[in-house]
Amino acid sequence: MALQETRNTNPKNLIPGATGDWEMVIGLEVHAQVASRSKLFSGASTAFGGEPNENVSLVDAAMPGMLPVVNEECIRQAIRTGLGLKARINKRSVFARKNYFYPDLPQGYQISQYDQPIVGEGTIVVEVGPDRDGRFEEVRVGIERLHLEQDAGKSLHDQHPTMSYVDLNRSGVALMEIVSKPDMRSADEAKAYISKLRTILRYLGTSDADMEKGNLRADINVSVRRPGEPFGTRCEIKNVNSIRFAGQAIEYEARRQIGILEDGGTIDQETRLFDPGRGETRSMRSKEEAHDYRYFPDPDLLPITFDDAYVEAIAATLPELPDAKRARFQAEYGLSAYDADVLVSEREVANYFEAVARGRDGKQAANWVINELLGALNRTGHAIEATPVFAHQLGELIDLIADGTISGKIAKDVFEILLSEGGEPRRIVEERGLKQVTDTGAIERLVDEVVAANPDKVEQARAKPTMIGWFVGQVMKASQGKANPQAVNALLKARLGIE
Amino acid sequence: MSELTALTIAGIREGLRRKDFSAVELTEAYLAAIERFNQAFNAYVAVTPERALEMAGESDRRIAEGEARALEGVPLGIKDLFCTKGIHSQAASHVLDGFKPPYESTVTANLWRDGGVMLGKLNMDEFAMGSSNETSYYGPVVNPWRRRGGNAQLVPGGSSGGSAAAVAAHLCAGATATDTGGSIRQPAAFTGTVGIKPTYGRCSRRGIVAFASSLDQAGPIARTVRDAAIMLRTMASVDPKDTTSADVEVPDYEAAIGESVKGLRIGIPREYRVDGMPEEIEKLWQAGMDWYRAAGAELVEISLPHTKYALPAYYIVAPAEASSNLARYDGVRYGLRVPGDDIVDMYEKTRAAGFGREVKRRVLIGTYVLSAGYYDAYYLRAQKVRTLIKRDFEEAFQAGIDAILTPATPSSAFGIGEKAGGDPVEMYLNDIFTVTVNMAGLPGIAVPAGLDPAGLPLGLQLIGRPFDEATLFRAAQVIEDSAGSFTPEAWW
Repeated sequence: MALQETRNTNPKNLIPGATGDWEMVIGLEVHAQVASRSKLFSGASTAFGGEPNENVSLVDAAMPGMLPVVNEECIRQAIRTGLGLKARINKRSVFARKNYFYPDLPQGYQISQYDQPIVGEGTIVVEVGPDRDGRFEEVRVGIERLHLEQDAGKSLHDQHPTMSYVDLNRSGVALMEIVSKPDMRSADEAKAYISKLRTILRYLGTSDADMEKGNLRADINVSVRRPGEPFGTRCEIKNVNSIRFAGQAIEYEARRQIGILEDGGTIDQETRLFDPGRGETRSMRSKEEAHDYRYFPDPDLLPITFDDAYVEAIAATLPELPDAKRARFQAEYGLSAYDADVLVSEREVANYFEAVARGRDGKQAANWVINELLGALNRTGHAIEATPVFAHQLGELIDLIADGTISGKIAKDVFEILLSEGGEPRRIVEERGLKQVTDTGAIERLVDEVVAANPDKVEQARAKPTMIGWFVGQVMKASQGKANPQAVNALLKARLGIE
Repeated sequence: MSELTALTIAGIREGLRRKDFSAVELTEAYLAAIERFNQAFNAYVAVTPERALEMAGESDRRIAEGEARALEGVPLGIKDLFCTKGIHSQAASHVLDGFKPPYESTVTANLWRDGGVMLGKLNMDEFAMGSSNETSYYGPVVNPWRRRGGNAQLVPGGSSGGSAAAVAAHLCAGATATDTGGSIRQPAAFTGTVGIKPTYGRCSRRGIVAFASSLDQAGPIARTVRDAAIMLRTMASVDPKDTTSADVEVPDYEAAIGESVKGLRIGIPREYRVDGMPEEIEKLWQAGMDWYRAAGAELVEISLPHTKYALPAYYIVAPAEASSNLARYDGVRYGLRVPGDDIVDMYEKTRAAGFGREVKRRVLIGTYVLSAGYYDAYYLRAQKVRTLIKRDFEEAFQAGIDAILTPATPSSAFGIGEKAGGDPVEMYLNDIFTVTVNMAGLPGIAVPAGLDPAGLPLGLQLIGRPFDEATLFRAAQVIEDSAGSFTPEAWW
């Protein structure tokens, strides 16, 4: 594969070294577990967390004479993902055997795809940022290919003093390997890429992309070069299972390579491992030790073929994807790029937002969802699917602000009640007497009290009208937050003679 | 040989129907024959008398109730390559020591569904790699045939040597076999039996220990063309658990037997007239042509120009697939394990002890031809050759040829040990007339057609269009009718 330069050097991405600037070049191979009930070539369950070797068929254990039968659902998921990556769908693809010995690889080969993958070139648009000025940079990262392959089992080395045990539950589970072009130039871009890819996969429902369960893992290729020079020698960092680690591994690896080059050394092409404990990468095997996988087409499996109609039928079921949704949110609800980006990062959050925003002020809905709801979920460690405050409750709360029943401040208190106790916002307001005081007589009395008690402040406010804010705060406090702030403001101005 | 074990499958069917004997009596006769004579041939590696009698008992019940199935009560031997539930299924390899699968191959399941009776598991070349049955971990199989006046032990051919010897020595009425490069047809020819390798995809490969997945195909070895037709009808099926099996209707092959071959166009490929071909093979082939001419078929000389590349290409493709297929025998999950200092040491010791010489040779060849830097020169080129071989046949069939007549083997059976020591290529040349058929995925049948001057059987091969086994049975019957059938003189 000839690597193509696709980007102009952005000075922002350069790393200053002792001898001048350096630029990183990053490409990723992301392994995402396909969302499917059964494995790629057997009927065994893909359920997570079973007893060791609970979900193992005769095929998964590579019993003699057992043959793989492709699970069509996995094919559909791969096509779906390819469509989501705006990639070329190959109507004919071939499964190939990747041969190597390992105890958790029962067949002695992994069934994968080699020179004829199911999905070809595509693109992911990644928003990197925001920078200090709140701006996002749009980076287009090319997709080289997506192919299907089997996951391996797991070796357990801590069960017996001298032996290792093997758990084949994962053996044969379908993975999509999504290979990017070497289009990323910073750790932030790589992190944003993984994050965006994860978002797309979740939108599509083709992978839960849960990195904690190991359902999304990245092999990261890193090299460095002087700006404008050809690509340098790369090292591959295997099996990174968090976005944060990916960033750390890239930063470390780039600095390691720069250090070697600046000392007059050369980079050896090799496979490395990231040690999150030490925050460094370590050599795993050199190019010379690299396996010769002896790929060849798997004679047990016919080529995968389908027609345009098959692809079109899948395309017709595709959901609105994050890029389109973000653009629509900005246009339809007048949201900032940042807010729209936060809201579309998870499909369920976007759906929640839309349920709240429908028929209401979009910006206000976005503020409530982002600042209050997501903030609260973040604090409590709940996923959006497990939110204690439902969209109709939040919507009702916003309506209560809009019609002047409560102030924004009281609304936040009500939100806390919803969070901890649940209930209907309107009823909570009524039962707890939180209704805003709009009775001017009552407010006037409070204004009078505050003004009378603070003659010195009155003098200051007349000289400096912004001081009125202090008075508003005092009156609100005296009303236990229930006074209508606009009314307080108007009455104070009149009372103090401020225009 | 008792009278009962001398019966053909068609004869058994008739005898059971007429209640001349019971299925249990028949099975007992076979079990007695195996008990007495198996040691002379080493054809069985495992005998299953209890299972056999139980199945025969069930057959008798069905017959009594008038519910006889297609193979009711027919005692069969099963090549050790087929997985049979709870029974020795070790591909005649040390590496599968003690392996008794918890599942049944689709082909044998079909046989039991139709009332077949399992006598036991038959010897074979280890992992079906060999042409003489000398690579078996259980030792060589002895051919029931001897040269006239001699008592040298001859090979039965391979890899289905146990199947062919057992059928010829009347230690089973019919046997399952498999054919990757000639492993049904060559032993059939060496033992005076009928063997058909059906079209690739006709029989499910599920539960058959894989040698070379794109070439392996199961088929029967039997005493007559009709018996082979009866067995294949039961063995063949489309199988959702083998996606290379074909969803093509399985016709009543027996119905094709006896149909006239008048007007049938029989191709005679000029490339099969190889240098140094023994005179008796040439004469046999000529005799075959004469029989067809006499039966009203039309003989057409044809050309299959890429034939000469078939054997070398085969010995790239088959070992390549085998090297990968045999990777699972690593000592981790089943079969032999030789302990080692670490996992790699365990692998190496297990595989060193578990595989025989020929298997190791092919794993090495296969690993080599798939290696980086050699793949294009060997494997890829061999696959291109394969495409050309296939096209040769397609062109012949498009030109109106119905079946192609060739010798089955370049010689009659040879002595045990005669070719085992030296150049492996000498052994590989046994497959020269048969490998092309596997490479093209076509059906091929070997039919006994005569004896050589030493009194050993020789076979002719008919090659057919894809999924047109029916025409092969029809045409093969002409050879059988003209040549007669061949039974070895009992020396055991």
